[in-house]
Amino acid sequence: MATLVQYLQYLLNGITLGSIYALIALGYTMVYGILKFINFAHGDILMVGAYTGLLTYTALLGDSTNPVWMLTAFFIAMLVSMAFCAALGMFIERVAYKPLRSANRLAPLLSAIGVSFILSNGAAWIFGAQSRRFPYPFDDTPIVIAGLSITPHQILTIVVSVVMMVVLTLFVNRTRMGKAMRATSLDQSTSELMGIDVNRIISMTFAIGSALAAVGGILCSFDFRVYASMGTMTGLKAFVAAVIGGIGNIQGAMIGGLLLGVLESIGAPLLGIPSALRDTIAFAALIIILLVRPEGILGKNEREKV
Amino acid sequence: MSRLLSIDGISVRYGAIEALHQVSMSVEEGDIVALIGANGAGKSTLLKAIVGQVPLCEGSISFRDEVVSTSEKHRKSLPTHMLARMGIALVPEGRHVFADMTVEENLDMGAFFVRDASLVARKKEEMFDFFPILGARRKQKTRSLSGGEQQMMAIARALMSSPHMLLLDEPGLGLAPLVVQDIFQKIKLINSEDKVTVFLVEQNARMALRSSDRGYCLENGRIVLSDASSALLENDRVRQAYLGE
Repeated sequence: MATLVQYLQYLLNGITLGSIYALIALGYTMVYGILKFINFAHGDILMVGAYTGLLTYTALLGDSTNPVWMLTAFFIAMLVSMAFCAALGMFIERVAYKPLRSANRLAPLLSAIGVSFILSNGAAWIFGAQSRRFPYPFDDTPIVIAGLSITPHQILTIVVSVVMMVVLTLFVNRTRMGKAMRATSLDQSTSELMGIDVNRIISMTFAIGSALAAVGGILCSFDFRVYASMGTMTGLKAFVAAVIGGIGNIQGAMIGGLLLGVLESIGAPLLGIPSALRDTIAFAALIIILLVRPEGILGKNEREKV
Repeated sequence: MSRLLSIDGISVRYGAIEALHQVSMSVEEGDIVALIGANGAGKSTLLKAIVGQVPLCEGSISFRDEVVSTSEKHRKSLPTHMLARMGIALVPEGRHVFADMTVEENLDMGAFFVRDASLVARKKEEMFDFFPILGARRKQKTRSLSGGEQQMMAIARALMSSPHMLLLDEPGLGLAPLVVQDIFQKIKLINSEDKVTVFLVEQNARMALRSSDRGYCLENGRIVLSDASSALLENDRVRQAYLGE
């Protein structure tokens, strides 16, 4: 039997993992909110983000071991990766999804799966099959408080994720473009009538979602390493998190991500199953949610007062 | 008075079904023009054609002496959001409020392309004066509003951008008679006080013709009558078919 401290440890680890899921889940949910389409290439964007971040970071760092420069270089690499993935996300939307917007619903989905393969195979071709370690931009010796151990990279992950989510929430609720994005996801044809350029909003949504995926990709590579197919399982989990939270709902994706991370982390020891089977927990949670509350935690069944 | 909107022989098809057949009509600046017709006559399609939400397969539409929509492939029709920016505001049938947003956020969206924040704030206060009930509910989610309040909000939202022409699709639909009267009164005020040209589509023919200067009658996708509204109210065909007399 695990002790209370151990459970608190699992909870902490779960929150760390969950905040990464949340960042990635946001991209699925925002795109779904506007286009009612699951962007299955989203997971591979996080892989591209991780590689871009890693390459930029190692290039910037060179032989330096200066702790201030290490952290600065890390954040510069993160911004470069966000910008690159934002551009890539917009490009993919323009080339692979937009021309299919009036086609049947299956066509963009298949196109997304195609893009996903192109990205992961392309990365395997360029970078090889060998996985790479993302070096910590600091000394990652855990800090132990009352038996609870927290590593600097966990702190970094949680802080960066929280900042991203707060900024996104402010953007969506307070700014003109953010409100226009919400309006577009509520009612596209009425948004056009307000003079909103829906195509621009869609591009912007892909850019934001992909930039967040880049951050998620970099943060998860501390634990999972960087390799060409790293986006597949993490992307799928984040998608599950988006569904659990209520797909199309931004707060839902954040809650769903955290919940899934915690469930995965605590679930295995709690149920006494081997931790290698913890992926099962995510999908079991998905099935339960689909049976009990198919619209997700914060999703609503589309009833409106007429 | 000058011609604000001119529709020249437009046809619209949905697959094999022709929803509009060579429709021509015009709206003079400063007028209230009513389009009456039965359910399925093509009234909403005509409004959607004006705002660029359905493609034309024949004819063209001009707004302020500029061709904005055409069936010709080599000449570009303006997309809906550009038409909105030119000053065409449509209050769609069924109101289509952004239900998850507050009244104030809805009005902000109505002024999306107005970059002057102080003008937007002033316009909002104007709307709250004009529709006091909206002022009282400004922080509420729009879904909690009654049907009549939602209709007023949809009209206020359309006016936020100070449009040249206000298009209204069935503003009285599903509302209690007293509320409908109230809304039509507001529409007349918007026209007379703010000098906004109004083009409204309405099944309630009596209400529409009494509130307007000119009227058109649409049957099976064709314009069959056009005259001063006062004359249409006396027209035997209109009286039989639309006024139930």
